[in-house]
Amino acid sequence: MLGEAIIKGMAVTARNFLGSYVSDERLTTIQYPDERQSLSEAVRNFPFLVYDAGDWQKGLRCVACQICEKECPPKCIYIVKSKDKKPDYIGKPQLYPAIFDIDTSVCMSCQICVEVCPFDAIKMDTEFELSTADRFGGLLLHKDQLAKPNTYYHKIHPTEAGEVDARLAAEKAKVEAKAKADAEAKAKAAAAKPAPVLAAAAPGAAPSLAAKPA
Amino acid sequence: METLEQIKARAEAAVPGAKLEIVVNASPSAQHSLLVDNAHAAAVARFLRDDGQLRLDYASNVSGVDWLDTVVKQTVKSKRLIDGVEKEIEETLEIKKPGYLEAVYHLYSTPLKHGPVILRLRTENRTDQARVPSLTPVWRGAEFQEREIFDLFGIVFDGHPDLRRILMWDGFQDHPMRKDYVEPDDYEYEPTPHDAVLERAKPHYAAEAKA
Amino acid sequence: MSSTTVEPNSVAPGPTQVAPQADGTGVPSYSLAPKVTAAGAVEGELLEVSMGPQHPSTHGVFRMDVVLDGERVVKLKPVFGYLHRNHEKIGENTTYLASMPYTDRLDYFCSMTNNWAYALAVEKLAGLQVPERAEYLRVILAELTRLQNHASLGGFLLQDMGAMGTPLMYAFREREKILDLFESLSGARMMCNYMRFGGCRCDLPPGWVEQAKKVVNDFPGFLDEFETLLNENEILMARTQGVGLLPRALAISASVTGPMLRASGVNYDLRKVDKYGIYDRFDFRVPLGEHGDVYDRYMIRILEMRESLKILQQALRDLPEGSIIDPKAKLRGFRPKLGEAYGRIEAPKGELGFYLISDGSPNPYRYRVRAPSFINLTILEDMCLGHIVADAVIILGSVDIVLGEVDR
Repeated sequence: MLGEAIIKGMAVTARNFLGSYVSDERLTTIQYPDERQSLSEAVRNFPFLVYDAGDWQKGLRCVACQICEKECPPKCIYIVKSKDKKPDYIGKPQLYPAIFDIDTSVCMSCQICVEVCPFDAIKMDTEFELSTADRFGGLLLHKDQLAKPNTYYHKIHPTEAGEVDARLAAEKAKVEAKAKADAEAKAKAAAAKPAPVLAAAAPGAAPSLAAKPA
Repeated sequence: METLEQIKARAEAAVPGAKLEIVVNASPSAQHSLLVDNAHAAAVARFLRDDGQLRLDYASNVSGVDWLDTVVKQTVKSKRLIDGVEKEIEETLEIKKPGYLEAVYHLYSTPLKHGPVILRLRTENRTDQARVPSLTPVWRGAEFQEREIFDLFGIVFDGHPDLRRILMWDGFQDHPMRKDYVEPDDYEYEPTPHDAVLERAKPHYAAEAKA
Repeated sequence: MSSTTVEPNSVAPGPTQVAPQADGTGVPSYSLAPKVTAAGAVEGELLEVSMGPQHPSTHGVFRMDVVLDGERVVKLKPVFGYLHRNHEKIGENTTYLASMPYTDRLDYFCSMTNNWAYALAVEKLAGLQVPERAEYLRVILAELTRLQNHASLGGFLLQDMGAMGTPLMYAFREREKILDLFESLSGARMMCNYMRFGGCRCDLPPGWVEQAKKVVNDFPGFLDEFETLLNENEILMARTQGVGLLPRALAISASVTGPMLRASGVNYDLRKVDKYGIYDRFDFRVPLGEHGDVYDRYMIRILEMRESLKILQQALRDLPEGSIIDPKAKLRGFRPKLGEAYGRIEAPKGELGFYLISDGSPNPYRYRVRAPSFINLTILEDMCLGHIVADAVIILGSVDIVLGEVDR
């Protein structure tokens, strides 16, 4: 019969329409600003810089090695190295970025900067409500806007952050054990020779940081 | 499928006068190719398409490649008579190899399901003799791809039914995929220029400061 | 233009000879002068219409210069380049790795298959091995991509026919579930940037396989519903059957690939021909069309989804444990040896190939994308001639183009 299939099709539409009142399966939309979907852990949007405990300037993991700047496909990262050094999480003096800018109007959220970073310093954020009225300045994120604490990283990517922390802690423990062994060896040597100073010197106090770039 | 040597031998037998050359590919892919002389390219292509053992009826991919002029330095020792004494002289010769443009065809067979056989056509130079014969009459699938190569590389395909620019607009002058293509100075403000972008932006900063 | 090398009878076959050929045959038979009847009365004029670039039926920014006799198409020239950003030049100016996220943006519906095609070409060039688990993951992701691409194409095609919304929304509802899988794995719904040379970027999150199995098991229900809704629909059949015929010989000669080619009855599926990856381990069939019209091209995609589901069932069942990337593969400082390679896969839209030439530097010397939907448009004019304008729209819809890939 002509039109039979059309009637069958209409039945499908009607089933979906009426079904949307009773079944969540059929009702697939949500009222966005009021209702929100939970994001999955892997979600990535734009990069941010991780800092450990306390002060965002002292704790920044980034050592301004500029690998991400070089590898970034659309070249949206801009880094200027510092003149002085400050200790990193192990205690080794390292450079830090005097300027670290990410132009989010250019960034394409590919995550390559995260993959190439040897210091676990740059990670992907999940924040997506970033609209701004200022086309250039508003989308250019500076170091102070990019720096976010490790606790925030744990909040958005708990599994990944846990792995990173475990890895960093293991590295630190390894370095500390080595330093301790070295110190003991030196102490033994010192005991053999009458030398007054023990060599297990902690790295010097952090050099005073340059003023935050405007 | 036959080896490339066999194909070469049979094609040369089938098309009198055709000169084919095997271009060796050193990479692990080992996809070697056949370089065909332009005068017999269409006939060789037709042979490859119609031959019962090959039946390469499907031209999958046609791409242009730009090879720039290269200068090879060679040290030549020669003996010459200077003031009646024979002396050995070392001379450095600069041999200029003219660059060329290449059209590379990747051919497959749909009934026999083999391939690729790779054909290469070379232009004489990169300037006034950038011509190769079109293989669109043999494989219709080359039509848009040859147009694209004409547009982006500037190879003129003789015998192409509709050779116009395809991706760039009609009034455009240069060929952007050539290695020596210079991008136009279309400066646009960018908050974080660096490297090449910064170099290009610098003259504009000066102009803005003066103004 | 010289025509010395062309013999008259060697012109590639076509349904009409309207496209001007080098030997002088097939000179366009239209003229914009008024048509005059034998009695001398003016019958009508040809009309030139520029369809697009901003037209909802063109799936993006694409233009067709159409010459119409009444409502019939007598000439149709596609005009490209509105989305051209010279992807190939960008690829030559960046490292091998940095091109990977750019490939997502070619056919932005199918970033996973784009990634795979590029990774495959680089693996051929550098001789990298892919671990078994990564191969399985690639198959699973590629087939999921095929499902969501074909489902949405069905919706878009119906939208072009005037079925506003309903089929497209049903298709998007299913697509969303697959995009959720991509998101929980790679972090992005569409720009996945997931595959790497010699493997994949990260392993599956916990519970992913179960979620994927649920999606795969539920999908036939959607397909049944979709088919009940549409397959025998009288309007759909009247609009699509016998429209946009693509003869077998022309399809092969014009390098048409993918579902388009198979709808014309040519048994050529790279998953069977090249057996790239591990496709030789799965049991699936290649559906073929008989007429090569728009209806066949629509049905082929429905049937291919069913076959993809078979592959997915097997791959999810057999997914082994193990590493996901070749230990030899380096992320930074990747420099393949001199040489070239052409790698191709069966992407949802057809054969997607990457042709790479390495000169030993970190950047490819030549980076070429063989974009299926660009080359499938070669025969758009041949398919549209003689049909009405509204049919030209669905013929274009049945080609399944994405302008990010056409214009590159």
